[in-house]
Amino acid sequence: MFLKISANGLSKAYNRREIFSNVNFQLKENDSLAITGRNGAGKSTLIKIIANIISQTKGEISISDKEKEIPKSKIFSIVGFVAPYLQLYDEFTALENMRIIKNIRNVLISEKNILELLNKVGLYKNRNDFVRTFSSGMKQRLKYACALLHDPPLLLLDEPNSNLDEEGVKMVWEIIEEQKAKGILVVATNEIEDSKLCTKIINLNKQEE
Amino acid sequence: MKITESINATLGILQKEVLSEFRTRYALNALLMFVVTTLSVILFSIGSENVSQEILCGILWIIIFFSSMSGLSRTFVSEEERGTVMTLHLIANPLSVYFGKLLYNLLLLTFLNIFTLILYLLMIPGFVINNYSIFVITIILGTFGLASASTIIAAIVAKANTKGTLFPVLAFPILLPLLMTLINATKLAVQGAILNEAFGEFRVLLSYSIVIIVISYLLFDFIWKD
Amino acid sequence: MALKYILFVGMIIIIFLSIGVPISENPQNWYELPFIPGLEEKARIIFFHVPAAWTTTLAFIMSLFFGIRYLMTKDLKYDIKSSSSAGLGLLFCIIATITGSIWAKFNWGSYWNWDPREVSIFVLLLIYGAYFALRTAVEGDEKRASLSAVYAIISGLTVPFFIFIMPRIISGLHPNEAIISQGKITMNTFMLIILLSSVAGFTGLYFYLLNLKVRITNFDYIYSRKDN
Repeated sequence: MFLKISANGLSKAYNRREIFSNVNFQLKENDSLAITGRNGAGKSTLIKIIANIISQTKGEISISDKEKEIPKSKIFSIVGFVAPYLQLYDEFTALENMRIIKNIRNVLISEKNILELLNKVGLYKNRNDFVRTFSSGMKQRLKYACALLHDPPLLLLDEPNSNLDEEGVKMVWEIIEEQKAKGILVVATNEIEDSKLCTKIINLNKQEE
Repeated sequence: MKITESINATLGILQKEVLSEFRTRYALNALLMFVVTTLSVILFSIGSENVSQEILCGILWIIIFFSSMSGLSRTFVSEEERGTVMTLHLIANPLSVYFGKLLYNLLLLTFLNIFTLILYLLMIPGFVINNYSIFVITIILGTFGLASASTIIAAIVAKANTKGTLFPVLAFPILLPLLMTLINATKLAVQGAILNEAFGEFRVLLSYSIVIIVISYLLFDFIWKD
Repeated sequence: MALKYILFVGMIIIIFLSIGVPISENPQNWYELPFIPGLEEKARIIFFHVPAAWTTTLAFIMSLFFGIRYLMTKDLKYDIKSSSSAGLGLLFCIIATITGSIWAKFNWGSYWNWDPREVSIFVLLLIYGAYFALRTAVEGDEKRASLSAVYAIISGLTVPFFIFIMPRIISGLHPNEAIISQGKITMNTFMLIILLSSVAGFTGLYFYLLNLKVRITNFDYIYSRKDN
């Protein structure tokens, strides 16, 4: 994949109040972007716009592969997204959640690989437990497994370390390094450590000037 | 290749909805009881009076209408309530979501209507069908139309605040032409008219469903995407 | 805004004409109007009821049109126009329903008869009601605008269905032959002129009120933003 993301003049207003404006960046493969800023500066909003979950008020963002633009309706297929406010299906087990997502996403992945992925995030022994019994840290790990299921070229992480213990943070670090090597990574974070891992930074506080 | 992917996604969502329902049984139990309760209320109200066939046709569709209003919004509303809307945004095309949930509502309503019909025919001996083919076609087309309109309205209502009460309010004006035609067609079935006489009604029912589905297909994106 | 004054004077004239013009059995002069079978003197209400019904339909179509424009451009000014038009539509719908009901009472004996036209205006009333119920239940300007527009479109599409299937199901009381019969206009010319002028007047009133309402709503928004 020769993935490129180009954003020009992005701004978002909600109920006529502007959150951020004139955000610009260009990303290519192996790039990683850190979005930083105060609480309420719009980090989550910006990363959601990149994921095409919400639309911007002004400006353009386009993601292209080999110079051909990927239509907005297909962006979900190349995006992996992890955030504390993402919810999985409580009434299903971890493994069932993975299988359901695999079916809906049309991912060609074997059951064995799914189990390996669960193992990688440290949930192998909980694979048949219902998600409603999971702690928030376990849910966060499962979100990583679900996000990586289809090997996404673009990985978006909002507060990647939230709810995770030391081991979890190490796991995230590994995932980040792997993603930087094979695709594009965007991280929205308050922690300076995370932003040091990235090649580019956008600070949304400065946007207000 | 794109189409098979969309179809698979749609079926994947349908499968998720059905599995979820099996797992929790939130909707089905309550809905079946709702039908039983409504029917009981009606039986008590009628008592030993002689009610005309025409009114019985209307009452049948009233029961079906209200059970639809109770049950068909859940598929969208529960996603909002549990916060899983974003997950769906991230894993599927909006249209797959729409069609998956439409198919689920269709399935749910079919079961519900069969249950309602069996009870109705058993408990109300005054209701006699004289032309079964008209009746069956009416039920099929009616289920289709009701599910289609209810699904798109449910999608709208899920994004609002007062979901429960808003659903029938929005749905009724939209469903009215459908209901009137259904009651009319049922009257024809009960009166024992010939199949040909009902073709006008069937045309209306079919075109209604098609129009609703086409317009839902075109507009769903505006509802679904924030 | 000379339009205001033209409109005002025009409406006064219409009101005088509709109340003052003599209706008699054997019209002797050009300014006397003949009876419409079944209506006689009470026909006067036609000058208010028909234009009101027409205007509420116009308002609905305009609301629909503005809603579509909003969906295409995401410009909130279209949402303001759409909802303002719907508000006026609701007003005229209430007028049409009430005048229609009064007419029904003194002409056919009861206030409501479930005649096709009556049912249609009632359904329109329900749609307007549902539209505003939806608007008050949604938070967020853009969300509210999108959902309202979508609902307007969906309900707009079911109304033609309604109009077509009604005659099959219920037989009507509305006197269609008074105005158009077999394609030819059979209404007395002078009466027709008054009727059409009234329609024009109501339409003008609608556009004037729409303009007013949109400007007021815009002021509201600017004002509340200054508070922020």
